[in-house]
Amino acid sequence: MNSQFLIGYSPRKTFLHRLNGSTKLIGFVALSLIGMITYDTRFLAGIFLFSGILFYFSKISYQEIALVLKVIMAFAALNLIMVYVFAPGYGMTIYGTQHMLWGSPQHYFNLSWEEVFYIFNLFLKYTFAVPLALIFLLTTNPSEFAASLNRIGIPYRTSYAVEIALRYIPSVQRDYRTISLAQQARGYEISKKAKLRTRIIGSAQIILPLIFTSLDRIEVVSQAMELRRFGHNKKRTWYLAQPFALRDFLALATIAVIVIWGVVLFKINGGRFWNPFK
Amino acid sequence: MSHKQNDSIQTVVATGIGAAIIFVLMKFVAIPTGIPNTQINVAEGFLPLLGAIYGPVAAGLAILIGHTLNDFVTYGSPWWTWVITDALIGVAFGATKNRLKIQAGALSTAKLIWFNLYQVVVNFIGWVLLAPTGDILVYHEPAKKVFFQGVTTWIVNSLSVAVIGTILLVLYSRTRTKKGSLKKER
Repeated sequence: MNSQFLIGYSPRKTFLHRLNGSTKLIGFVALSLIGMITYDTRFLAGIFLFSGILFYFSKISYQEIALVLKVIMAFAALNLIMVYVFAPGYGMTIYGTQHMLWGSPQHYFNLSWEEVFYIFNLFLKYTFAVPLALIFLLTTNPSEFAASLNRIGIPYRTSYAVEIALRYIPSVQRDYRTISLAQQARGYEISKKAKLRTRIIGSAQIILPLIFTSLDRIEVVSQAMELRRFGHNKKRTWYLAQPFALRDFLALATIAVIVIWGVVLFKINGGRFWNPFK
Repeated sequence: MSHKQNDSIQTVVATGIGAAIIFVLMKFVAIPTGIPNTQINVAEGFLPLLGAIYGPVAAGLAILIGHTLNDFVTYGSPWWTWVITDALIGVAFGATKNRLKIQAGALSTAKLIWFNLYQVVVNFIGWVLLAPTGDILVYHEPAKKVFFQGVTTWIVNSLSVAVIGTILLVLYSRTRTKKGSLKKER
């Protein structure tokens, strides 16, 4: 039932799968940072197209991501509606011109081309990283991911914590489901049919045992790791660590070009916004 | 083996498994409030307990990893300003470790009242001051919208910590042996 709920690594043979985990990590973080800061529509649309093309090459099927896409769309739509309701004139403030679609600037609920354009920019910003994130999640082996974190300079204890998180999510989820079914069998209602109060009490009856068994698990796992002398040395090697290949350098160079181009655009536009209304 | 090393291993494991618990709680046990990306978050209620037992590093990193992973699989890409705010709040909750001394037995009412005042202030600084300011600076969203989201999150998270967080702290501390409860027979 929940198999589509969690999207995860699935091995395939594409160049995106062969790329080093570190390359993909650096690429994702760099592109999402530059896209987060810039408001240049042409640049955002460009990255969107670029990540769309990459997504096509990753051969990820629609079924794998259908549910996630729906949630993302709903999230983006709700946010954009909120942005409009709370500040319908914000686009005009940013771009400094007034091209009205309806109403006048004196009315609270007016609509201007500037606002439409601003909201379109926001939409691009909410969605451009989605294909990249999906590629990253579906083409990177979790164990290799921990090794990549360590390679780009994150201390190995932290990288190991990330790996433990990725590995224990399925077990915690299984515990959650088992406890949930057991408590429902005892008569605690947690579905949408119940009242909020009943649902809260029902959830508490699941959360408490879940948390206390997990705290026990922390004890057990740390004792096991202590017995195997984890943390004894300053460095650590990784079974799944891969050396950088030519394709990684090529990919990193492409990413660097895109990021530098984004920074150059700040200079050309004289700020974060690209203004077509002037 | 030295005690210090044992602690550092426990921090690593507590971070990892803590992040996994936070992820599962965020994903499956969130009760919506009707305002986008603002939910009654059970994970926030778990954070004080994690912080009180394992300290600021584990709590801060666990929520950072858990929140990032959850954003990844729910929204496609992490909303960094909120992720970082959450991490700072985790560190702030971890800072209560030495004050609450949860391993030393049942918590007194005074400690619980102090903790609740502290958490309301911490949540206020995080959700009403830091997160919306970050959204305005980084994402350039309308101030009214982000402050509305921030204030809602502040109220909801403070309530979640006040109810779920306090219950967890009390229940956990009761399972610990009170310090000095054993006396040597003469």
